[in-house]
Parts: sequence; structure tokens; C-alpha cells
Amino acid sequence: MSTAPTPTAGVRPRVRTGSSYRLTDRIGLGLAWFLGLLFCAIAAAIVIYFLIEGIRYLRPSLLVTNPAAAASESQTGGFLDPMLGTFIIAVMSMAIALPVGVALAVWLSEFGRPTALARVAESTIEMMAGEPAVVLALFGLALFELPALGFLSQTTNGVVLGQSFFAAAALLALVGLPMVVASVREGLQAIPSHVREASYALGKSKVATIRRVLLPTARPSVITGTMLGVGRVIGDTAIVLLLLGGTLTFQSANSVPVLGLLRGTGDTLTGYIYYNAPTGDGNQPDKAYAAAFVLMLMVLALNVGVDLVVSRSRKAVRWS
Amino acid sequence: MELRKPPPVRRLTGNERITTPIVTAPPVLPTPPETNGNGHHPPASFLGPPRRPAPTSIAIDRMQVENLSVSYGDKPAVKSVSLPIRQGEVLALIGPSGCGKTTLLRSLNRLTELTRGASFSGRITLDGVDLASMEATLLRRRVTMVFQQPNPFPMSVFDNVAYVLREQASRRPRKAAIRGAVNDALARAGLLDEVADNLDHPALRLSGGQQQRLCIARALAADPEVLLLDEPCSALDPVSTRLIEELIIKLREDVAVVIVTHNLQQAYRVADYVAFMYLGELVEYGSAQKMFGSPAQQRTRDYVGGAFG
Repeated sequence: MSTAPTPTAGVRPRVRTGSSYRLTDRIGLGLAWFLGLLFCAIAAAIVIYFLIEGIRYLRPSLLVTNPAAAASESQTGGFLDPMLGTFIIAVMSMAIALPVGVALAVWLSEFGRPTALARVAESTIEMMAGEPAVVLALFGLALFELPALGFLSQTTNGVVLGQSFFAAAALLALVGLPMVVASVREGLQAIPSHVREASYALGKSKVATIRRVLLPTARPSVITGTMLGVGRVIGDTAIVLLLLGGTLTFQSANSVPVLGLLRGTGDTLTGYIYYNAPTGDGNQPDKAYAAAFVLMLMVLALNVGVDLVVSRSRKAVRWS
Repeated sequence: MELRKPPPVRRLTGNERITTPIVTAPPVLPTPPETNGNGHHPPASFLGPPRRPAPTSIAIDRMQVENLSVSYGDKPAVKSVSLPIRQGEVLALIGPSGCGKTTLLRSLNRLTELTRGASFSGRITLDGVDLASMEATLLRRRVTMVFQQPNPFPMSVFDNVAYVLREQASRRPRKAAIRGAVNDALARAGLLDEVADNLDHPALRLSGGQQQRLCIARALAADPEVLLLDEPCSALDPVSTRLIEELIIKLREDVAVVIVTHNLQQAYRVADYVAFMYLGELVEYGSAQKMFGSPAQQRTRDYVGGAFG
């Protein structure tokens, strides 16, 4: 640092350089570096592996043909229906999770009363985030097999099947919900209280303030939460297999155009990968790799989207 | 956890280099030019003695605070304060931090009741009507407020002002229908010339001083009768402060202005009446002339003279 001589070595604390840290600190620092690089390497390895495998097996024809049960690779077709299924499931479950999640987040952040109820709701949502999907799926199956909910799925010989896009989307909404609630809540709480008061001080009601000021301000968080929720939903396998049927292609319940499809069973990319994995029933690893590559691209795109939204909002909305 | 030894006291060892300060004449401040021909005022940093606003001809009693006490939980913040608020005069609330001046200000548009655990006694009237009997949203359109931090909403400049004019639940008026009122409010806040060409730009892109004047424009758009300012210049540079102070003096004819300030010079520059608060009590209330010239109370004399605070 400076060339001036230090008066007495013991009086002034020396400026720390790398080599003057204690041994334990140096070991800790090295470990942190090692683990950080290790996880980067693992993530990169997964991406690169599927990039190579995916590009090797992915053909445009896979995206436009339907899967078929056959023994040879050339006859098993592509994964058009599972891909569409992934989109349908993502849209349907978010159509449920987004309004419910935003409403919950607004209530928790802006009202939070009665306090005891808010506390319970908060920990319930946290618990749900940690709930294994297969447990939710089992519960969903028991729920949608009820005769009263038969209109949401197929009924054969008086037995309610309980498997449909409706059933899967309803349970997957529970998987996406905690992400939406957490993100929107965080976004609302990041707004300084004087911004709320500025709106009240202009004679605006609480509802008008939430609708016109707080939610527009928290829009980046709503988008982030939705994207994270979609990421969770399209990555789920257990609920898809149990509640969507995992039937590779769409099996409409009846001939009604859209409702019949949604009441029927289908599959998503995750179910397709499960089926075609080397240990699965289909055992077409090439197809599984190609589908996994497509799914991974979707999730990566979502993550990049989240990063973009977050960094842009950080620049745009900032009070001193 | 074991306590660490305190750092050793640094002592001079005798071999430091010592520099002797060069004695110079005290800096000569440039005298402010009166005006430089085209109506521009010199920046505030060149101000010599603070200007006193000339008293206005009219002064109408608008609000009356009677025996107001506010406490948060069991901690009293304002203790039985009574004072009038008049249109045509600027009232400055001064006093050290935590003396209750902001709480008093926030009571004037019932913002204090949003704080959990706040309790009140006494009464405040606006044109003879008790605030407690009015609907809060209607009251707050008549008594609007500007905060310490510039806090425009993250929308366009136009929408910030239009927000006040748009009805809460029914259909929103079209942009063209409120354009006149928005421009009017921006003009009253002295901001129109600067933002006329980019009303659609995000308000948070403006400079701090412009943001604060936008907040004043927003508060004026409701066409209030009383304007409350909570240390509006404490986050701003001297030039913006100067602009806002001139604005306050201009506005006092149409609205009753109450300003909370830490800055005694500012109180001296803008206020016609000054209320000095200390530990929740109103120590002294009087004209600025009297409060800064010959205050009756020893505590006021000490505070204004800089003995504490």
C-alpha cells in the first residue's frame, strides 16, 4: 500500500494480504472455490452432455409426429403430443396458480390479518413447496376418483378414472403456487412503505393502491414467479404419470373438441422421457435424449427469461 | 463467545511528518447578482443572506388543531398541541428528530391512523368540520401530502399526475379528457416546461428534484386546500431546494402550506409562522419574525441559536 514506514509493528494492524490469512481461513476459502467450481462443472457437464446427445438424435420429424408403440426405433415416431401436453399443462396449471397465488401474496403482504390465520397460511404454503409431488399425486387420484368429480375425467363402466388434464393441472397448480406466492410477496415487500402512503395521501383507497400502484410495480415479480412456477410444473413427472395417465398420445374422453381432450388423458415430455428411458417400458433412449434436450431448452429459456426480467426491473424501478 | 481485546489506542511516535496549515484569508463568497437579466436566479449555493418572503395580504383560518395528543402504544409522540393553520401563510414545524413534528403533520390528513397501535385524543377541524367525521379518502384529497423521499409511482410522468384524477372504481376517463388538468398541475408545480415533451417517459427517470416537483404536482392535481410537506428538500441538492422553496412561497396564496423541516435556514426562508416542538410538546408558536428574532422561550432561543438539536 504505502511506502511510509510503519511506526511500530504491534500498533497498527497490518493490511491483510492473501497469504496472511489463518490456515483455517485459507482452507475454507479453498473449499468454497472448489465447491463453487465443482457445481459449475456438474451443471455444464449435464448441459453439454444433453446438447451433444440431443443434437445427435433430434430431428425435425420428431417434433411433428406422434409417438407409437413399436419395437424398432424407426417406427416409434416422435413426441408431438407430449410436447403439446407440456404446453397445455403449463398453461392450465398457471391459469389456476397465478390468480390464486397473486391474491394470496397480496393478502399476506398487504393485509395479513387475522395474524394467526396468515401465519398458518404462510407455513402451509411453505409446507406445500416441500411436499413430494408423488404424495400430492396420490391424493389427487383419490380426490378425482370421487363420483362427484367424474365430470372432470372419464367414466368407464360406472368407474371414474380420475385421470385427465383437469386433474393433473389442478394438482400441478399446487406445485407452482408456492413459487408464485413467494416471488410476488417478495416483490410487494420490496416496495417502500412511503410509496403506499403517497397513494393513500392522495385520497386513494387500499384496493385502488394495490391495483394501480403496487401490483403494476410488482409486475416483474409476478412474471418471475410465473416463470419459476412453469419451470416446476413442466419438470414434474409423478403427477403426470398418475393423474394424466401417461398415455403417450391424447386420448379424448369424447368427441367434444376441446373439453373432450382436456377430460381425456395424455402425456408430457417428462412422462415421455420416463417411458423411453433405458429402464422404461418404451426403451428408446435416443428419443428420450432428444425429448430431454427439448425440455432442457425450455427450462433454460425460462431461467434466462427470469434473469432478464429481474435485471431489467432492478434498473427501472428504484427509489432513493 | 469471548470478548475481543479492544484495539490499541493509536499514539504518536514522534516520527510523523507534520504539515503546518497555510494561513489564508477567509474565503470571500461572491455576492449574489440580483437577477442576470433574463429572470434566472443564481443557484442557491451562492445565496448570501436568506430572503424573507414578504407577508401576504390575506390569511384565512382553514384548520384548527385543538389539544391533539397522539401516542404509539404507550409512547406519547404528540402531547396536547393546539395551533391554527391558515391559508396565505406557510407554517413551518421545526424541532429536533423525534419531537413529534412528523406525527403532527401526518395527523392532519389522518395518515397516523394507518400505523398500528396509534391512539389519539383531541380534535382537528377543517373549515369547522371535525376530521374524524369525514371519510378518510375524501379528506386526503383535500389535504394532500408530499414525502421526504421523492416517490413517484413507477409509471409515466403523465400517469403519475393522472392517477389522482382518475376515479377509483368506475370507468377511467380518457387521456384527452384529463390532459388539461394534468398540464395545469404540472405548471403549478413549475415542472411543465421541463417535461412537456416527454410526458410519456417513466417518472423514475427524472432527476431527484424533478421527481419531488412531480410529487408536488401530483399532490396539487387533487386541487387540495391544504398541502403538507414532510421535509421535502432533505434528499435534494441546493438548486432543487431553491426551486421548491420558491414554489412553496408561490403556492401559499391558494393553499394552506404546512412544512416540516430540520433545516432552520429553510424555515427562515419560507415560513410566515413557525411552531417549535420539543419532546412532543409545542414549545412555542409565533410569526417567523418573532421566533427567529426574539423568541419568548429559552428552549426556542437555544434551538434556534444552535445550542442543541
